[in-house]
Amino acid sequence: MTAPTIPAPPSSALGRLRWAFADGMVLVGRELSRLRQEPGQLIAALIFPGILVVLFGYVFGSAIQVPGGGDYREYLMPGLFAMVTFTSVMAVMMATATDASRGVMDRFRSMPMARSAVPFGQVGADTLVSGPLALAIMVGAGLLVGWRPHHGVAAAAEAFALLLLLRHAVSWVGCYLGLVVRDERTADQFVPLVLPFSMLSNAFVPTGGMPAWLRVLAEWNPVSAITAACRDLFGNPGAPAGDDLAWPLAHPVTAVLLWSAVLLAVFVPLSVRTYRRRGR
Amino acid sequence: MDEPIVVAEGLRKRFGATEALRGLDLAVPAGTVCGVLGPNGAGKTTLIRILATLVDPDAGRARIAGHDVVRDADRVRARIGLAGQYAAVDEKLTGRGNLRMFGRLYHLPRREAHRRADELLERYGLAEAADRQVSGYSGGMRRRLDLITCLLLRPAVLFLDEPTTGLDPRSRGEIWDSIRELVAEGTTVLLTTQYLDEADQLADDIAVVDHGRVIATGTPDALKARLGDRLDVVLQDPAQLGRAASVLAGLTGGEPSVGSEGARLGVSLAGGTVRLADVVRELDRAGIAAADVSLRRPTLDEVFLSLTGRPTGAAADEPAPVKEAVR
Repeated sequence: MTAPTIPAPPSSALGRLRWAFADGMVLVGRELSRLRQEPGQLIAALIFPGILVVLFGYVFGSAIQVPGGGDYREYLMPGLFAMVTFTSVMAVMMATATDASRGVMDRFRSMPMARSAVPFGQVGADTLVSGPLALAIMVGAGLLVGWRPHHGVAAAAEAFALLLLLRHAVSWVGCYLGLVVRDERTADQFVPLVLPFSMLSNAFVPTGGMPAWLRVLAEWNPVSAITAACRDLFGNPGAPAGDDLAWPLAHPVTAVLLWSAVLLAVFVPLSVRTYRRRGR
Repeated sequence: MDEPIVVAEGLRKRFGATEALRGLDLAVPAGTVCGVLGPNGAGKTTLIRILATLVDPDAGRARIAGHDVVRDADRVRARIGLAGQYAAVDEKLTGRGNLRMFGRLYHLPRREAHRRADELLERYGLAEAADRQVSGYSGGMRRRLDLITCLLLRPAVLFLDEPTTGLDPRSRGEIWDSIRELVAEGTTVLLTTQYLDEADQLADDIAVVDHGRVIATGTPDALKARLGDRLDVVLQDPAQLGRAASVLAGLTGGEPSVGSEGARLGVSLAGGTVRLADVVRELDRAGIAAADVSLRRPTLDEVFLSLTGRPTGAAADEPAPVKEAVR
């Protein structure tokens, strides 16, 4: 049995880019294999949105009045889309920290792989596999309880594109955090934070009734921007209206684009640099 | 190329207040197995991490096959394999899935990666478990998978960081066999270990590391010869230990130590020799009844103890004050 020798990385920029892309796609493929290995994960992914829809839609929904009238469950679904979008911070953080603490990351680092491929692969796996899957499940759950997009296919597609873009951007935050904590147990401690973070917004209740200082936080929370954008684009009740709106709620689509751009501009270089840094 | 395939010169690395390496030098000729031996905290893992391009040294240089590990890291990575005490495989994938993934990450074409994975699983006895998730593997199986992941492509140098720590004797034997097969194919191996028998079994040369420096090098036999042969005497009556000790001291010029069993005395001959017949006669003349008298080579454990002042299992003391480390 003769083993081939290890190929040296290409020296041309284009060749390197091709390698980086190929490496990244292998890591995306890993996510698919994992799902195949653990169908239980898929079932859990199906149950979680179901619980959210029942809990918020029927338990809270029985007592909450939507400003301007309308069905609470129609009001709620954009909020749940937003919340599920932000769970990717934790998912990617956990995945990255697990690789870092188990030594898998060390093996990647000791291999002739493109340096940027690992963070891009980790985030890409979420954006290309988990993200669309979670969104599809959530949409299914929404349709079941009576949620509908009312403004046509183009507007709905725009909303889904915004959700995935923001998910991609916040995944980079998770990737960076995972590379920094380098320990899955520490990363695990952060997971419950996603709930209060997404609740401090307009996702579940209107911000109008909150105390002023809390309201400012909620209105500038990116969860609120994406929720407002979705309500707008899907034509769901509770879409922001009025003259005294905070800027992100008056221009929710622009706000989501800006949030995404800022997060990407900060956390892509940070993550890649942290992965490349040697010394520990 | 006459230069040794692994060269480390004056490597230094500090982590906060701890100086892991304090000017470590090492050279490993191609095609040999070098055992880096040292207690916990001696700097073995840091050395491997620097050579495998995971950590940059604070000072000093290292080259693998002529390529600098800092400046030419990509070229180094194309020539090395790394396996360690923490099996670096994806627990959620199957054994086959892991090998296929890493094969693809080594840029093997898909079909070639699959073929190589099957071949290795078959050859290293993991074919049956190949389609089970790694999280269900035993420690030995995991370690073996970790090791063969490095063999998807033949590395010029394989770094093994305590490859059998925590394994049962049978799994250790299997890992040793795998390592020997690799060496037979021409791979150079640098392995760290706390187990002297492991170094004894596998290594052509041993570098004893303590407090971040190499304190002795040589073949296992040369290291043992440095300490000289040892004379062991087992008494029938432990009460005669004191008198027997003075007899042995007179004969050898060494200082006998009492063994753990209570009736056993051992003394190093420190390069000198002694005839067993003389020992028996002198003991007899002193009225001491010996159950057993033997001459033997020292074990590596004894070599290690004499070099570092403590047994291999013990952790290194707190690093000495910094001023000592400054050259």
